[in-house]
Amino acid sequence: MKAFSLLVPALVTLILGVSVFAADEPARWLIGQPVGAQQLQKIDIDVLPDGRGLPEGQGAVTEGRVIYDTQCAACHGADGIGGSYGSLAGGGPVDPAAMAEDRSYQRTIGNYWPYATSLFDYIRRAMPYNKPGSLSSDELYAVTGYLLFLNGLISADSIMSASTLPDVAMPARDYFTTAGSTP
Amino acid sequence: MDKSFQNKPTLNRRQLLRSAMSSTGIALATPLAQASSLDPTKQQGESASSLGARSPEIEINRKPAFGVVSLTPLEQLHGTITPADLHFERHHAGIPALNGEHHELVLHGLVERQLSFSVADLQRFPAVTRSCFIECSGNYFPQAGDRSPPHMICGMTSQSEWTGVSLATLLREAGVKPSASWLLAEGSDAAIMARSIPLAKALDDALIVYAQNGEPLRPAQGYPIRLLLPGWEGNTNVKWLRRLEVLDAPTMNRQETSKYTEPMLDGTIRQFSFEIEARSIITSPAYPYTIAPGWREIRGIAWSGRGKIKGVEVSTDGGKSWQNASLQGPILSKSHTRFGLPWHWDGQPTTLLSRAIDETGYTQPTLAEIYKTRGPGSGPYHFNPITGWDIHKDGEIRFSPTG
Repeated sequence: MKAFSLLVPALVTLILGVSVFAADEPARWLIGQPVGAQQLQKIDIDVLPDGRGLPEGQGAVTEGRVIYDTQCAACHGADGIGGSYGSLAGGGPVDPAAMAEDRSYQRTIGNYWPYATSLFDYIRRAMPYNKPGSLSSDELYAVTGYLLFLNGLISADSIMSASTLPDVAMPARDYFTTAGSTP
Repeated sequence: MDKSFQNKPTLNRRQLLRSAMSSTGIALATPLAQASSLDPTKQQGESASSLGARSPEIEINRKPAFGVVSLTPLEQLHGTITPADLHFERHHAGIPALNGEHHELVLHGLVERQLSFSVADLQRFPAVTRSCFIECSGNYFPQAGDRSPPHMICGMTSQSEWTGVSLATLLREAGVKPSASWLLAEGSDAAIMARSIPLAKALDDALIVYAQNGEPLRPAQGYPIRLLLPGWEGNTNVKWLRRLEVLDAPTMNRQETSKYTEPMLDGTIRQFSFEIEARSIITSPAYPYTIAPGWREIRGIAWSGRGKIKGVEVSTDGGKSWQNASLQGPILSKSHTRFGLPWHWDGQPTTLLSRAIDETGYTQPTLAEIYKTRGPGSGPYHFNPITGWDIHKDGEIRFSPTG
């Protein structure tokens, strides 16, 4: 009897559990179409920290400066400093405790972004603000590289590509932790 | 008396005023007040219509802020459901105009079958309906100081009844591979905004939603489909959903690294702080209203992203003592919950406070408690402090960020 009363909650959990479906649901609904490779290629634009998803192409920091000055500086400031949407460069060292005390301690690419690939991914998705998605892969590598250079993370003669971008060391990376329960 | 002559001029004027109001969106209370000062029992009223409207006397709207947000006027609402056209908004690149008929949701990556679903396809699966709040994690901006009404303090939270298909059902249809542990959800806005979601949440209570309060999702809330992650910070509930990619790692994109993370006083940066913590606010009495001495109900809403509200305590003496408020049932998980406490105001200055406790035992913290682990610079995310209202001798009310 005791064994049975223990079994019931287990069975309920099993029945309501994710891997088991209701008795009258089919194993496969056969709803939806297979995804075409071309359809997927247009929208599969995410980039992972290890570099998966980065497209072919490359760009030099020097090329990135031209793109930045013409298409980005108006909002993000000369040299990435003092723009109306916060500074992208020129921040102090990584110092989360100081940042926690004071909102005016600027969080920049150099002291807050943990991965260089995120920069490529974000610009590709959303920038420039008035013409998102207008930059080619080469241009994206170039302007990403220029921003990393402005933050002192790569040299002025660097070329960014699918093989070099994931390797850029980002100072903030080791400071990131996954949330626990704090007030 | 000739009754026919009484009817015609009044109806024509009312119809004219109503069509003028609907085109300008302004409530013209005065002319119709004049019209309705004529005895409504003596003439035929407005006829039935295809789309209902609020009384022209009622002025209720959400409050735009920062250009990318509009706030739910919590102080003007009753009950718990937020009317769909008053649901708060937060966009990163405006509201895209999508065609529901042609829209597709692509589900690919570490799955046996990579599938594309139309909205009609999604509606063939079993429909799941549940109510819950959505809240932006950056929901504490009392920018008008002590003259901040509830909508400024926490207006980026709204409660709806949502209908959609369980994401677990779709993942089962596609067949998730054993190496999968994350999922990227991506939208069709001009920011192509995306968030990485742990697979466990996707398989738990995640929904792909197509209806809000009984009708198709509003464009401002993600028409034609959005991801709904009950209890999780608003940004993860990706609107205008176009793609779900099953992965073995988070993408670490900008929205989960540069944004929606909190620098901590212990020198770390807290990431993936998904859950919205328990919170409450007194919506009445509140600024900008005034009160007179006597009996009234103190009322407000409380909610928790971790489950049900277990209790709300209210103080009418600035925190010296606390009483249990009544909760309006049914108490739903991850939902705005109404609380109320009868109170007699004796006309003396005091401060009213509320604090929520959820079923996990978590108690809404004071700002001082938050400041033990996160400072004023850690924001704007996950600030859920106890807040209150100073009642002045003349019945004026001011926001009091104490607790």
